[in-house]
Amino acid sequence: MSGIPQDHYEPGTKVEKWVDDRLPIVRMAFDFIAFPTPKNLNWMWIWGVMLTVFLVIQIVTGIVLVMHYVPHVDHAFGSVEHIMRDVNGGWLIRYIHMNGASFFFIAVYAHIFRSLYYGSYKAPREITWIIGILIYLLMMGTAFMGYVLPWGQMSFWGATVITGLFSALPIIGEPLQTWLVGGPAIDQATLNRFFSLHYLMPFMILGLTVVHIWAFHTTGNNNPDGVTIRKDDVDTTKRDTVPFHPFYTIKDLYALTLFLLFFVAIVFFMPNYLGHPDNYVEANPLVTPSHIVPEWYFLPFYAMLRAIDFDILFIDSKLGGVIAMFGSIVIMALAPWTDTSRVRSGKYRPMLRVAFWILVADFFLLMWAGAMPAEGLIPTISLIGTIYWFAYFLVILPVLGILEVPEQMPATVEAAFQAEHPKAPAVGHSGGWIVGTNSGRTDAVGTGSVPGATPAE
Amino acid sequence: MLASEKEDNVSDTEPQVEDVDRRDFLYVATGAAGAVVAGATIWPLVDQMNPSADVLALASIRLDISGVAEGTQIRELWQGKPVFIRHRTADEIEQARAVSLGDLKDPQSDEERSLDEAGKYLVMLGVCTHLGCVPLGDGAGDYNGWFCPCHGSHYDTSGRIRKGPAPYNLEIPPLQMVDDATIQIG
Repeated sequence: MSGIPQDHYEPGTKVEKWVDDRLPIVRMAFDFIAFPTPKNLNWMWIWGVMLTVFLVIQIVTGIVLVMHYVPHVDHAFGSVEHIMRDVNGGWLIRYIHMNGASFFFIAVYAHIFRSLYYGSYKAPREITWIIGILIYLLMMGTAFMGYVLPWGQMSFWGATVITGLFSALPIIGEPLQTWLVGGPAIDQATLNRFFSLHYLMPFMILGLTVVHIWAFHTTGNNNPDGVTIRKDDVDTTKRDTVPFHPFYTIKDLYALTLFLLFFVAIVFFMPNYLGHPDNYVEANPLVTPSHIVPEWYFLPFYAMLRAIDFDILFIDSKLGGVIAMFGSIVIMALAPWTDTSRVRSGKYRPMLRVAFWILVADFFLLMWAGAMPAEGLIPTISLIGTIYWFAYFLVILPVLGILEVPEQMPATVEAAFQAEHPKAPAVGHSGGWIVGTNSGRTDAVGTGSVPGATPAE
Repeated sequence: MLASEKEDNVSDTEPQVEDVDRRDFLYVATGAAGAVVAGATIWPLVDQMNPSADVLALASIRLDISGVAEGTQIRELWQGKPVFIRHRTADEIEQARAVSLGDLKDPQSDEERSLDEAGKYLVMLGVCTHLGCVPLGDGAGDYNGWFCPCHGSHYDTSGRIRKGPAPYNLEIPPLQMVDDATIQIG
């Protein structure tokens, strides 16, 4: 299914051949794990695997929590406390699910900024990028609805504010909001449907994840140097790549261990650090908490929503805020076309690097501003942050392609790898390292060798 | 050679033009019927998310407001939303009526908004028109009326938006005086 030359599965025994002729499932799995992956990937190429693992963690703990949770306005809050106090190990499962959402977002932001820095969104990976944005939007929806389920004060008022966003749309706004909520205000109907959708959407994410991986397995991974791997034939491709397994499985496993260590430290020692104490107060439709804040991962976009507190021509401030919030994500999807530079990686783009790091700082500035009450200088700071966010995608990316003089870059991944690891063997891998059926092919260009590795015959 | 064979085939079918037309009709008719069926199938699935009959049935409530002392307000729940009933002081009424309509983002005179002509009672939804939080009352905010803590909207003593992101004044629900002490909301 990929456009990249690679070794394929060869059934060894009669039984394997019999199965392979009828259902080539082993072939599919083999080709998948042996996928030729650029050999110069750095530590920012771990987040996709982290995200997949956390998707599975969330689905598994979620299914278990549903066995004890009651989606009813009179019982939801109590049933969560029941999980915390009475269900065997319930506190652990809930804390994993709750903090798992946060770690899911840590990973997705790292993944997104990685792609922005190294130009992973650029041709030919536009579809991979857009599917990624869709996955991110679904993640936001899933996380938001999940936060409503414990039926605490923040659940209720968060739901009120976010569904209120839709009422900003002209004409269809009010009926749309009523339709989403199922009544004049957040109530039983809302809780029930959010529960249903919160269960559904992770599986939609799973489906899109498969398409996301399919898309970049067709184009090949991007890499820190942004150089396209050579695809002339299997041998040439091997000079730029290594098979995903075992090289990247072991690397990702190491990264996963560290990331999970960080995760369990939070789960066991500070499980409520990322949450809000008001959500341990049961929902009350008569009292709004004095300061409503969304979960930390929504704060930058929440700051953009609040930043627009003035009318722009015929657009009132409320609609303006909503447009800014959703627009900030939509313009990311357009990055493959607004970025006019022919160089992919920020590693060779001196001006982009500066603009990029300001964007990262801007993201954290907005995150901070979103957590503060909308008083004093905060609205102004939020507005400046919002303007930079939009300017990066709509002005800086198009203009840099014209102004910037890119630095000298390697012609191939092999050359980039060689420059970084002068002592490494010139050939990506010798036969002895290959799992499966690489039949000891010797590469003419290779001069070095991996100590202890002999070609497998 | 192949091309000429194809041309022969085409010319073979030419006498049967009527058949082709009938098939075109059936093709379009089947597609149209399919679209109608798809629409009819999807609509109930969409419409089930609208408010159910029992939710719609809770459309009006009656309240005794004689117990609300001057300078205080009570909150009641109507259709799942808070309603503010404020018995205003003379000072508040004066402030509300002194404002010129030109200064307002959503121009509305206090007389249009108050329950009675004298402006003693003000009954309105306690739902910020920005994103639906419940504003804080009892003289909160820069205009001594209400202040929404969520995104900083300031309302005056008549519940009109004066500052902040909210686009409209606090909404006045459909109101009716049943007798001197009782009002009906909805």
